Amino acid sequence: MAESRTFTLNINGKAHTVNAAPRKSLADVLREDCGLTGTHVGCEHGVCGACTVLVDGKPVRSCLMFGVQAEGAEIRTVEGLAAADGSLHPLQQAFWEHHGLQCGFCTPGFLMLAVGALEENPDMSDDDIRDLLSSNLCRCTGYQNIVKSVRVAAAQMRGQARS
Amino acid sequence: MKPARFDYHRPARLAEALELLSGHGGNCKVLAGGQSLVPAMNFRLARPEILIDINDLKELGRLEDGAQGLRIGALVRHAAFHQPADDSELSRLLSRVVRHIAHYPIRQRGTFGGSLAHADPASEWCLVAATLSAEMTIASTAGERKVPADQFFRGLFTTAVAENELLTAIEIPALPPGARGGFYEFSRRAGDFALAMALAVLVVDGGVIRWARLGLGAAADRPLRLLPVERMLEGRLADAATFREAAAAARDLASPSGDIHGGADYRKDLVATVVERALTEAAS
Ligand SMILES: Cc1cc2nc3c(=O)[nH]c(=O)nc-3n(C[C@H](O)[C@H](O)[C@H](O)COP(=O)(O)OP(=O)(O)OC[C@H]3O[C@@H](n4cnc5c(N)ncnc54)[C@H](O)[C@@H]3O)c2cc1C
Ligand code: FES
Ligand code: FES
Repeated sequence: MAESRTFTLNINGKAHTVNAAPRKSLADVLREDCGLTGTHVGCEHGVCGACTVLVDGKPVRSCLMFGVQAEGAEIRTVEGLAAADGSLHPLQQAFWEHHGLQCGFCTPGFLMLAVGALEENPDMSDDDIRDLLSSNLCRCTGYQNIVKSVRVAAAQMRGQARS
Repeated sequence: MKPARFDYHRPARLAEALELLSGHGGNCKVLAGGQSLVPAMNFRLARPEILIDINDLKELGRLEDGAQGLRIGALVRHAAFHQPADDSELSRLLSRVVRHIAHYPIRQRGTFGGSLAHADPASEWCLVAATLSAEMTIASTAGERKVPADQFFRGLFTTAVAENELLTAIEIPALPPGARGGFYEFSRRAGDFALAMALAVLVVDGGVIRWARLGLGAAADRPLRLLPVERMLEGRLADAATFREAAAAARDLASPSGDIHGGADYRKDLVATVVERALTEAAS
């Protein structure tokens, strides 16, 4: 039973064919089989959000999904945020400028959480932003600068969307 | 923190899923949103040998609204309620309640049916189903049956759904004209499971309560509909004194168990508070 399977994942627009057991989480498949170690693994039970990636545009906990389940879906990870020329996504830029990170362990999860939510609703209120960010844990920053970074990036992304 | 091995099936049709379930029973589990089952598997509290992933069963993903109420496919995600499905008070109420279920990313995967089948006494959807007399459709290779909420919840993490059965849909009847809902939940941190929560729906006419529904979550081994308190409320003035009396009666009907988050007495006090606040909101 439980033979490993060969399946193909579409990650940041590229096809990755992997051979993994069904019990392997999407987070572990990304890290170990696709070489995409930007997605971090913290608690492995849905609490910390370090593993957050986008699946068909929605932020989800990749530790609570099995890799095989993501077959056929469009997956986006932190590696896909910056442009091809290396210029940072507005959220990455804002985290840098407003000290939205210290050790950086939680950062990929916060970035993917905020990207997904802002793409769904670019007009989030301040309360909505705080409520959203309560989804993930950070042990360094005290959150205030993460809130600030997301607020700044949201305003910028709205500007870009309108121009 | 890695799950034990299992065989993985992702049937494309409902009939196929039911066949698989009837063939395997006890050592297999249905995988819906995975937001409760996968953590349990990662902790090895659950070790199913076979997983039947129902995420491809599109027919279970429909949310239908009509004059009769809502028909919610078992696979409808929590996030489907972020915006009210229609302009009924029922849909508006569900869109307020959903914000208390975990966090945004968990609501993208977690399903209505999964919450009911899991039957955590602190589940918001279980409270909704119990308070508003939902009816559950349960299927197996032998056919379909319907189970009303008061027979569906059987105790801690226990429901009327048998090992070889699948919960397919939940129907919540429309609220009577003029009904207004109120919901209040207390938890230590945003997104945590409730330490106590109450759902109230009232029809108030000329200051008098004509119709009342009241339910309590996280206050016993299952969600409680407080029938005696509903009866007490009907015909009374919708005022602070009535709501205080109702809160005291609710406190007596609750049987929370104490844990690291709070002792039983503390939780009983919380029950009184959440009931009073939910009723006050429903009457405002
Ligand atoms: C950090 C965190 C916080 C959370 N906080 C809350 C909260 O505050 N309130 C709350 O209500 N929930 C909370 N949850 C749980 C979440 O809402 C789950 O989505 C829900 O309990 C189960 O739904 P699921 O679709 O994910 O089911 P799964 O995890 O896939 O399944 C749960 C159980 O139900 C069975 N099952 C699922 N679907 C069916 C079906 N159609 N027929 C028969 N059996 C079925 C499975 O076999 C399994 O035993 C939280 C989860 C996490 C990780
Ligand atoms: S590692 Fe997935 S939520 Fe913590
Ligand atoms: S920056 Fe260190 S955990 Fe968030």
